[in-house]
Amino acid sequence: MKKLYSICVLVFCIVTNAIAQDCTYTFKGQVIDFHDNTPLFGATVHILNLDTYIATNEKGEFEFKNLCAGKLTIEVQHISCETKHLTITLKQNLYKEILLEHHLEELNEVIVKTNSKTEITSIEQSLKKNIIDNFSDKSLGDALNTMSGVSSLNTGNSIVKPMIHGLHSSRLLLVNNNVRMFDQEWGDEHAPNIDINASERIDVIKGANTLKYGSDAIGGMILIKPKKYAIKDSIFGSSLLSLNSNGLGGNLNSEIVKTYKSGFYGKLQLNYKQFGDFKAPNYYLTNSGLKSTNASFRFGYNSFEKGFDAYYSFVDNEFAILQSSHIGNVNDLVNAINSQEPRVIEDFSYKINFPRQSIVHHLGKIEAYKRFKGFGKLTVQYDFQINRRKEFDLRRGDLKNTPVIDLRLFTNSLQSDLQIDYSENLKINTGVLLRYQQNDAVAGTGARALIPDFDKYETGVYAVGNYTINDTSELSAGIRYDFSHIDARKTYNLTDWNDTYNYDELFPQFEVSVENTRIQTNPKFTFHNISASLGYIKQFENNMSFVFNYGLANRVPNPSELFSDGLHHSAARIETGLLTIGQETAHKFSFSLEKNNDSFGFAISPYYKQINNFIQLIPVGITTTIRGAFPVWEYNQVNARILGVDIDVNKKINNQLDYFGTLSLLRGDNLTDDIPLIHMPAANFSNRISYTNDEFHKLTISVTHKTILEQKRFPDYNFTTFNATQQQDVYVDISSTPPTYSLFGLNTSATFNAFKKGDLQFEFNIENLFDVSYREHLNRLRYFADEVGRNFNIKIKINY
Amino acid sequence: MKKLNTIKTIKLLAVLFISTLAFTACSDDDHDHDDDHDHEEELITTVTYTLTNGTDIVTMIYSDEDGDGGNPATSSISGPLTANTIYTGAVKLENKTESPAEDITEEVKAEGDEHEFFYVSTVGKITKTDVDANNNSLGIETTLTTGTAGSGSLTIILKHEPKKPNSGLNDAGGSTDVEVTFNNITIQ
Repeated sequence: MKKLYSICVLVFCIVTNAIAQDCTYTFKGQVIDFHDNTPLFGATVHILNLDTYIATNEKGEFEFKNLCAGKLTIEVQHISCETKHLTITLKQNLYKEILLEHHLEELNEVIVKTNSKTEITSIEQSLKKNIIDNFSDKSLGDALNTMSGVSSLNTGNSIVKPMIHGLHSSRLLLVNNNVRMFDQEWGDEHAPNIDINASERIDVIKGANTLKYGSDAIGGMILIKPKKYAIKDSIFGSSLLSLNSNGLGGNLNSEIVKTYKSGFYGKLQLNYKQFGDFKAPNYYLTNSGLKSTNASFRFGYNSFEKGFDAYYSFVDNEFAILQSSHIGNVNDLVNAINSQEPRVIEDFSYKINFPRQSIVHHLGKIEAYKRFKGFGKLTVQYDFQINRRKEFDLRRGDLKNTPVIDLRLFTNSLQSDLQIDYSENLKINTGVLLRYQQNDAVAGTGARALIPDFDKYETGVYAVGNYTINDTSELSAGIRYDFSHIDARKTYNLTDWNDTYNYDELFPQFEVSVENTRIQTNPKFTFHNISASLGYIKQFENNMSFVFNYGLANRVPNPSELFSDGLHHSAARIETGLLTIGQETAHKFSFSLEKNNDSFGFAISPYYKQINNFIQLIPVGITTTIRGAFPVWEYNQVNARILGVDIDVNKKINNQLDYFGTLSLLRGDNLTDDIPLIHMPAANFSNRISYTNDEFHKLTISVTHKTILEQKRFPDYNFTTFNATQQQDVYVDISSTPPTYSLFGLNTSATFNAFKKGDLQFEFNIENLFDVSYREHLNRLRYFADEVGRNFNIKIKINY
Repeated sequence: MKKLNTIKTIKLLAVLFISTLAFTACSDDDHDHDDDHDHEEELITTVTYTLTNGTDIVTMIYSDEDGDGGNPATSSISGPLTANTIYTGAVKLENKTESPAEDITEEVKAEGDEHEFFYVSTVGKITKTDVDANNNSLGIETTLTTGTAGSGSLTIILKHEPKKPNSGLNDAGGSTDVEVTFNNITIQ
């Protein structure tokens, strides 16, 4: 403030001097906040070509006297506002209103603070670019796994599906660049097709403030955010090369950004990743490599009042799936469980053999916004996604190179969001969504489609209000309504339709025609959904705050829960969805007590979820086929309860040493059967100690540790089956969980100023430092092989 | 001017929107609606094991003609085996959902180096008499030497990509393509 006054004094001096010229025009005006029309006090108005300053008074007014006719180049500044430039031609006395934008974060680069939340009243955590870079050659799920309360459901080591509080798939909203991802996320072995390198920041919202994006975020939401660029002429970029000893592969990522003073910007990012067979401490994991090619392109225009953003991304993933996991029937599974080592162990190879997944995902969007003075901001967005998933299995004869599953999912949405923010205390967000989705089970696979053809129509309306009660507390509340209609075409086994499931009496209206032992059907379902949220934050002294969230979420059953029917080859099980499955309803209560402080901070976040009609996939028995016996997994609905607590602690030991720790405890119960819920993450904790020396090449050395305890609470779905080889019944232990394990890691990094503008960053990391052999309960391939062993990693990053 | 800019932006957005639609429409390359998704080409519906000794022919058939699910599989044995007799055995795999029925045995034979049949029996000793291209046992053709009168069972297993040669099921590995058991076989 003092500085401002001294400027003012200076201004008056200059103005006094200016009187000497023979000019008589006056330029008066008022500087106003764009949002609420309030005058801005202490804004500086600078006529650049005259080098004349003035500061506005309490009414936001300013006045220049005795100006000459001609062009004036003016710069207007205010604390935490976007600087505004304008040019006027003075021919007579002039009065001008100048609007300034005080939402800096909307236009400028995001200022990275420890406490920059997407929604002030929500319970959330973020990963910043520097952390994301550490995972450049891993997956999104691996990066999120470092957060408390977040775990993953894996298929091998490269197919990683994020889980929040034990919930995944359709219960997690994954929003990439403001587009909700639809990439057949319903399957256990379907990981999100996101190139982690294309993101700037990832927010994990555990609480309830997710209504803008959908009604079904029972687990939570993962928000992948792009960067906002400064409005200036600039070109910059970075390249990152990462090399690994385990899998003898790595990742190369390059991006380049061009921004213009006019507000236009463009970004191009390219990424290539390849790995060969990974190695567990004692053997190679034959057929576990991957190949991934990704690209993203963005351009747009960003200004004070209006702008647009166009984004397109392409992800092409090829994942090898452990060869030993391909099994024929339950006896093969028994052999795998009883054997210490996988049945196929070969030398290292880059070859991606069978089984494998090949997935291509296109995502495009265009978004445009306009601000209305004294009212708010309207955003309209259209987006589309095409997901083509092919799964190849070990097959006979001519079908060798034909995928056993070939699905193409097309989704496109049109949505609007209106943010009304002229009022100081009350902000309202409201919007409408229209979505059409089409799944095509591509013909020619020579196998019955696990997921049928369907068309799905959705509409949604929501309104969320955020009310600032006083300086220290805020309240938010929201409501959403969704309509969805699904129209599918599926053929059933006639005996199953009539007798096993009794559908001929339950759904006679779906029957189309009968051909031999098969019946063609046309199931149609319509759902109505109401969801709601409530959030409250209270801030105390010493950077302490308390947050409460309540969420009511309703989720419509996904196509696999309704229509799955048949052998899931790679899983050696028959999976059955049921047409009788209905919506599930969750009540989520979450609290968080947080202290945001660099020297000592913490977050203690307990939560409680009551989920009625929770849809789960569980083993229900055995069926005999010509290939032998198979366990049957069926979707059913139970009442469930999940409760737990996530704890995060950070402590500055001294100027150079920092400690960071997390603890996650969770308990999931199937209340209907009074047993634990299947596939719930075990209690786990992690510690990290980091040494940072800013003066010596920003050197950092950190030691990390993570322990996952044995999951002792699991439902017992074990069974016995006849083994012809042994001529006796054998026990199939598919439920028992692997023992506790601890992993240590080392990360080092240093930065050098290599060029005039830009720097060079070196990293050396070791994962699984002690080469521990372990198996993880939430890895679907845990019956077949150990997890990946020690890895040395080198990263070189050039910023230019 | 401002208005003009807005109109320009809207125009640009409209163009982009339309081009996106065009793009998505074009990418419909693989799109199909021929509804031919209900076609199981790899299916084996029937396993037939024929044992011959002159005019003494015993046929064992295991069949699941509507595939997985639906009606349970059935098995039948045409009659009793004669004690202390050497039978010539031949196994046949078929997909009877095709018309005419597809002979899967031919496929297995062609890929003999990637397949092998295994027999687990309490009715007699079974020896594989045929070999694949690498001179390793294949097991489509066999001989069965029955023992004394009584009853027992017979299991036929087809492994895909087993270790070859091997010393039996215990170290063969591979994944199972067929596993069928005939119970209550009588020898008299």
